[in-house]
Amino acid sequence: MQISPVLWQFLTKWLTSSALWPDQASTIAPWADALYIFLWLMTVVGVILVGALVLFFAIRYRKERHPEAVQIEGSTLLEATWTIIPLGIFLFVFVWGAWLYFRIYNPPADAMQVYVVGKQWMWKAEHPGGQHEINALHVPMGRPVQLTMISQDVFHSYSIPAFRVKREVIPGRYTTVWFNATKPGTYHLFCTQYCGTLHSGMVGEITVMDPADYQKWTEESTSGMSLAQNGERLFASLGCISCHSGNATASGPNLAGIYGSKIKMDDGTEQVATDGFLRDVILNPSQHVPYGYKPIMPTYQGQISEEGLIDLVEYIKSLKTNYRVQQTLDTSKSDDAAPITPAASQKVTQ
Amino acid sequence: MSTIVSLPDQSTATLPKKNYINAEHGLLSWLLTADHKRIALLYMFSITFFFFIGGFFAGMVRLELLTPAGDLMAADTYNKMFTMHGIVMIFLFLVPSVPATLGNFFLPIMIGAKDLAFPKINLLSWYLYMAAGIFVITTLVLGGVDTGWTFTTPLSTHYLNTHVATTATGIFIAGFSSIFTGLNFIVTVHRMRAPGMTWFRLPLFVWSNYAASVLMVLGTPVLAIAIVLVALERTIGIGVFDPTKGGDPLLFQHLFWFYSHPAVYIMILPGFGVISEVVSTFTRKRVFGYTAVAFSSVAIAVFGFFVWAHHMFIMGVSNYSALVFSLLTMLVAVPSAIKIFNWAFTMQKGSITFETPMLYVFGFIGLFTIGGLTGVFLGSLGMDVMLTETYFVVAHFHFVMVGGMLMAFLAGIHFWWPKMTGRMYPEGVSKFAAVVTFIGFILTFFPQFVVGYLGMPRRYAAYPPEYQVLNVLSTAGATVLGVGYMLPLFYLAWSLKYGAIAGSNPWQATGLEWQIQSPPLTENFTETPIVTQEAYDYEWLAKKQERELQHVG
Repeated sequence: MQISPVLWQFLTKWLTSSALWPDQASTIAPWADALYIFLWLMTVVGVILVGALVLFFAIRYRKERHPEAVQIEGSTLLEATWTIIPLGIFLFVFVWGAWLYFRIYNPPADAMQVYVVGKQWMWKAEHPGGQHEINALHVPMGRPVQLTMISQDVFHSYSIPAFRVKREVIPGRYTTVWFNATKPGTYHLFCTQYCGTLHSGMVGEITVMDPADYQKWTEESTSGMSLAQNGERLFASLGCISCHSGNATASGPNLAGIYGSKIKMDDGTEQVATDGFLRDVILNPSQHVPYGYKPIMPTYQGQISEEGLIDLVEYIKSLKTNYRVQQTLDTSKSDDAAPITPAASQKVTQ
Repeated sequence: MSTIVSLPDQSTATLPKKNYINAEHGLLSWLLTADHKRIALLYMFSITFFFFIGGFFAGMVRLELLTPAGDLMAADTYNKMFTMHGIVMIFLFLVPSVPATLGNFFLPIMIGAKDLAFPKINLLSWYLYMAAGIFVITTLVLGGVDTGWTFTTPLSTHYLNTHVATTATGIFIAGFSSIFTGLNFIVTVHRMRAPGMTWFRLPLFVWSNYAASVLMVLGTPVLAIAIVLVALERTIGIGVFDPTKGGDPLLFQHLFWFYSHPAVYIMILPGFGVISEVVSTFTRKRVFGYTAVAFSSVAIAVFGFFVWAHHMFIMGVSNYSALVFSLLTMLVAVPSAIKIFNWAFTMQKGSITFETPMLYVFGFIGLFTIGGLTGVFLGSLGMDVMLTETYFVVAHFHFVMVGGMLMAFLAGIHFWWPKMTGRMYPEGVSKFAAVVTFIGFILTFFPQFVVGYLGMPRRYAAYPPEYQVLNVLSTAGATVLGVGYMLPLFYLAWSLKYGAIAGSNPWQATGLEWQIQSPPLTENFTETPIVTQEAYDYEWLAKKQERELQHVG
């Protein structure tokens, strides 16, 4: 379907500047709006068509004008017409919608990462640099931002109408969504999955800033520790380093460079070390035993918060070489502050 | 050519001396009846009761949304209000409405049977329905439940201290009621048709109830399983939905929607049947493309089982399964489109009159077309991301369920009222009510499409102030709609005593139900009818009436 560009511009400008239209603030928004407008055109044409048919027949063939009904069997041609034409239109909508869906949910490779934890009833966002926000999210304009999200309790759903994106936030698994904001300003953030008493209070603000402003905001609101640094500290305090030391004799695999790689498992399968996989291994190690290792890692279920897991995964991600593990090992040995965890004591007794 | 001969003047007529209503007397004769018509009336009273309870909660929800601040009631109370609205309306009104009342009453008569195949199971299914209702009412008395009608885990299993178990039990029992009704209908249609009543002579109302029954029998057990798992998870913590025990919270969504999406068709299909009957009668024509309409009901029932995951497009299901479910969703939209055009073309070259049921049909066609086409928005993957879980969804399914189903139900009630009671309803006020309902409906739900695309999430007690204007419109519309629903309650009750005597066939319709006295005898037919004509054969009817007149003369 071809619409003259001038008309299209006029239509979208007029519509989108009215109070009956949400802000258009991401690269996805114009695409979503185009499909939305098409779908309404389809609806309006459909309703007018059906309405006109019914009205015409009702007036033309009302009893006073047409006292005797003419019995008609049906018509294969007409039946075929109104089966095939709607089918064609719906398939067209399907293809368009699928194309948009893949655009919405396939993030570009260079996206900036932000973690989000949903809980009854707040949104906690964590930037890699260690900036924490509650019920707010600051993002730079013109840069793809990917959110990796998880819920600590029930289903939530992270929705930013101005960006036309939304994704369910689920307990027990990471889901992701990405956007590229195009207009500075403050936009609504809603939880759209019913999550209990204060569901309608689980709202927040997304602030889109110029890259320079965002830079300034990052520097001002840093806690001094990046997520990876927090993770490193946890890695030491939970005793993970005693097995995952990176030494050839260690009883756990070396984690350097493991993120994103394929791992051969004990049951013969191959797994890709994604965020979700790493989180799952920490919580359910007995179900994910790498090839060549004993199933001796204890579970950390209930011992680490979702934020802690994010920190750990972020730390593992940051391990490009063995250097950091070694260094952590040294520091944790030197200050001797790490408590002896079941994991560590198990190692000792073996 | 068909000529409709008017029957003798009935102004001096009286109700038949003997009929199913006065066949026996006393409360017990009703409570222990095995007559499908009496059971239908029992259902009708109870369903109407629950409809107004559900309507009260809808009113409270709309009243709360009049202002952006959640100031009328506490957030907790509001959550209980919309939860009860959903549970009562869906499980105690929409699912049983047409099948259990109009279907129960007319399906056996339309196929020339004396009763349903299992009259006592039919009574049992009413008792189960009432038991379910009592559980839901108990929940209310105890302080309510706030899961939403979708019972999403782990919210319902781990994080709520309200009466989830009581409500779940109610719904579990209501499920059995619906399974029994479905079984009864299926067996009746297969085994009890009068001689000559072949499959392609069945009225379309029977076809659509048959298709809905198949869905009830196959879909409802899955809901029952899901509900039992929720109860077990709540009480002994089995952990099938709990990720910390290795369970999968998405599994509940799959189980729940595997029933609850087909349930939409359980609700709307019988309504389609009503529309076919009414359109045919008031245009005095065979339904255009009878076979296509019949098979589209079956197609909807079959496809209806393969689209449930379109409720989960944003939940991180794999992109490719989303693709498949979106495609299947598009396919299920086609049979509904077929029906709309068939109804429209039934009017072509007809001889159309505009009695109240027909006005409701016009309302139905308009609203259901909008409801159906806005469903395509939600089946379209990329669009669904923005629209799902917002007021757009609320508007869409209210257009289908309330604009479609309820309009069809009201059309059916008015259409068959003379047969059920033997008396006519007052035509003027009922037309007025139909128009009020239509206007109220549009005003209530159209603004919700707009506010949905603006981003307003559903189930919110408080919302950003810029959405207020649209919400005020919606609440104003709900008030008008409420009046539209109250009116029939009064004038139908009035007609029971003061309505004109209807006679056996006030609409000059062709169905077998119109060839017997109004109200019918307990055994429906004095002798088993032999069917020689197709459904909606108006020429046959004219000839029959001519014969009868000569006979009388």
